[in-house]
Amino acid sequence: MNSSFLLSTTTFIYALATIFYIGSFAFKKQILAKVGFIVLVIGFLDNSAGIILRWIESYQMGYGHAPFSNMYESLVFFSWTVAVLYIFVELKYKESIIGVFASPLIFLAIAYASFDPSISNKISPLIPALKSNWLIAHVITCFLGYAGFAVAFGFSIMYFIKPQNPESGSIFAKLPSWELIDELTYQMVVFGFLFLTIGIITGAVWANSAWGTYWSWDPKETWSLITWFVYAIFMHLRMMKGWSGKNLAWISIIGFIAVLFTYFGVNYLLSGLHSYA
Amino acid sequence: MKKNKTIPEHIWQFFCSARLAVYTLVLLALTSIIGTVVLQNGSEEDYIRFYGYGWTNLIKTFNFDDMYHSWWFLGLIVILCINIVVCSIERLSTTWKIIFPKKTTFNADRFRKLKNLETFALNKPLSQLALESETVLSKSVGPVIKEETGTSVILYAEKGRWTRLGVYVVHTSLLLLFLGALIGSIFGFKANLNLDEGQTSDTASLLTTRNPVQLDFSIRCNEFEVKFYDTGAPEEFRSNLTLIEDGKDILTTDIRVNQPLRYKGINIFQSSYGSAPPDQVSLEIIAGQDNATMVRTVKIGEEIQLPDEKTLFKLEGFLPHFDFSGHDLGPTFIGRILEIDGKSLQIGLPLKFPTFDKMRKGSYTFVIKAADQKHYTGLHITKDPGIWYVYAGFMLMIIGCWITFFMAHESYFIEIQSLGEKASNLSISGTSNRNSQGLKLKIRKLCHTLKG
Repeated sequence: MNSSFLLSTTTFIYALATIFYIGSFAFKKQILAKVGFIVLVIGFLDNSAGIILRWIESYQMGYGHAPFSNMYESLVFFSWTVAVLYIFVELKYKESIIGVFASPLIFLAIAYASFDPSISNKISPLIPALKSNWLIAHVITCFLGYAGFAVAFGFSIMYFIKPQNPESGSIFAKLPSWELIDELTYQMVVFGFLFLTIGIITGAVWANSAWGTYWSWDPKETWSLITWFVYAIFMHLRMMKGWSGKNLAWISIIGFIAVLFTYFGVNYLLSGLHSYA
Repeated sequence: MKKNKTIPEHIWQFFCSARLAVYTLVLLALTSIIGTVVLQNGSEEDYIRFYGYGWTNLIKTFNFDDMYHSWWFLGLIVILCINIVVCSIERLSTTWKIIFPKKTTFNADRFRKLKNLETFALNKPLSQLALESETVLSKSVGPVIKEETGTSVILYAEKGRWTRLGVYVVHTSLLLLFLGALIGSIFGFKANLNLDEGQTSDTASLLTTRNPVQLDFSIRCNEFEVKFYDTGAPEEFRSNLTLIEDGKDILTTDIRVNQPLRYKGINIFQSSYGSAPPDQVSLEIIAGQDNATMVRTVKIGEEIQLPDEKTLFKLEGFLPHFDFSGHDLGPTFIGRILEIDGKSLQIGLPLKFPTFDKMRKGSYTFVIKAADQKHYTGLHITKDPGIWYVYAGFMLMIIGCWITFFMAHESYFIEIQSLGEKASNLSISGTSNRNSQGLKLKIRKLCHTLKG
């Protein structure tokens, strides 16, 4: 048994959870969502075990670093953060149907890590720039931020498929009220914003201790700042201008596109200090 | 609203709108993209090569080549700062009155009409239930205000009034960040210093202008080492440095990429490395006639007698790149053979091809046996007196975000009406300046506790 095995089984368990959630939505069967949640929790435990085992394996190989150093590891961790956040939300708000909009993201990230042939799952040693205790703090906070925005994005989608007052027979009737969607989206954005802020700050402090400058307008930094601006706009529109509903959901979607570009686009399209992850 | 506003009033109005903040943020977000797409701080030729003349002119006109330091980008940041200051001044007086009221009051009718109002009856007399509710409320919320009439009791408690200040903390933190960046760019510097192993210097060259900057102390590089993993990836860059002040060695230490050296407000970072030009080479000299060989170590600038005692060989220098009929042969020693009759011939001895000189088929052949390949270390030297403002800004921003997003000013209202000697009716509702869903959950929890 090794971490690669655990993480590939995780992919399939998440796929199963997603199928249950979608089935629950499509066939209006609450029980399927309940099963989906249990499967999701099992996947999450498997995911956690995989990450921990990979960490241990890196020590056995003599490299000894946290599993946050390349695209594969970051995607696996991204799935983990979205999963932990979603599980928390479902437990707190007792709305299982919203899993339809979160579980596909959890599955897609880890599936991308597992199936894209250009993403290597080899454990490789750390380059000197990454050898710092800030690595763990920086990566965890950034990814919690990304996870918050991802779940917010999933919830925002609900505005566009659920009519404001659906007939009771429609499959959309089971979806939470607009009021609750608004609240959930906002809570997720707030969570993401706080952690993105801390992520940018830990990155800046780290950069200052590694390179002597806390901000160098590297494309990754700039794009994370652009993302931060978009969600700052979201906050101001909601709190100061009273925006809500679909209009605000658009901002959340634009914000998540900025997140995706910060995460993937910068790595593949632009070059810079972050080209390793 | 006055109809005829003066110009300063117009300007004030302009800067205190939330709309301006949104527009400025949108502009900042959109324009920031430019600098991630257009090459930054490249040379004139790079721009012409990549974008052609027309675009290069456009890029130069709008400073897109150094976008984040351009007048218009900094202008946007200045507008944002003024916006923050003006908005804060405008709103703080109102917020202040809310936060520190002369007397806490509440509007009972408002609470009776709230959506989250929960009502239930309990088999307890009014006085007992009022007492229990007061205990619960004061324990989980705060000091309770009590209003009694003959048949009913109203309880009110609130907490987190001060959290309304959180948003000002966030905005102040942004101003601190900009202030820190400003102080850093005026009173600090960023410079580079390349030191060969064994070399000492107290003068770095500024990153932007290449002008020299004098330090209060000298730095000597004793040693530079680069380690590689089995995979070939670099594992560690390490420089052993000694700081020298007034001719005395102050301290000797290693620096690595994530372990800089800080001394008297100056930070020294490991930033790059390279090969330093060697100052001597060990040569095997083969005489053409009898293949007699000798090995000599020659320093740059040194002249040696060759075995025939007529010819001299001088090691003239070292070039990092040597052009040989259009090919770059890499790092190369340059030597000169001086015949007794005054004829001389320059030869190149590339490190990568030690036996290169055999091709010349001269009376002497020079083969490189060993060249002491030394390194230089590339140090990044900075001074940033603004960093503490920036760090303070970071701390405040996290604290401010936490207060703004996760704490709230919450008020709870309980009304108990007597339904005779052994029964009462209890209504509970609440308000929060933020998380209404969270409040609903808390009210349910309070109901649960009160029902016992």
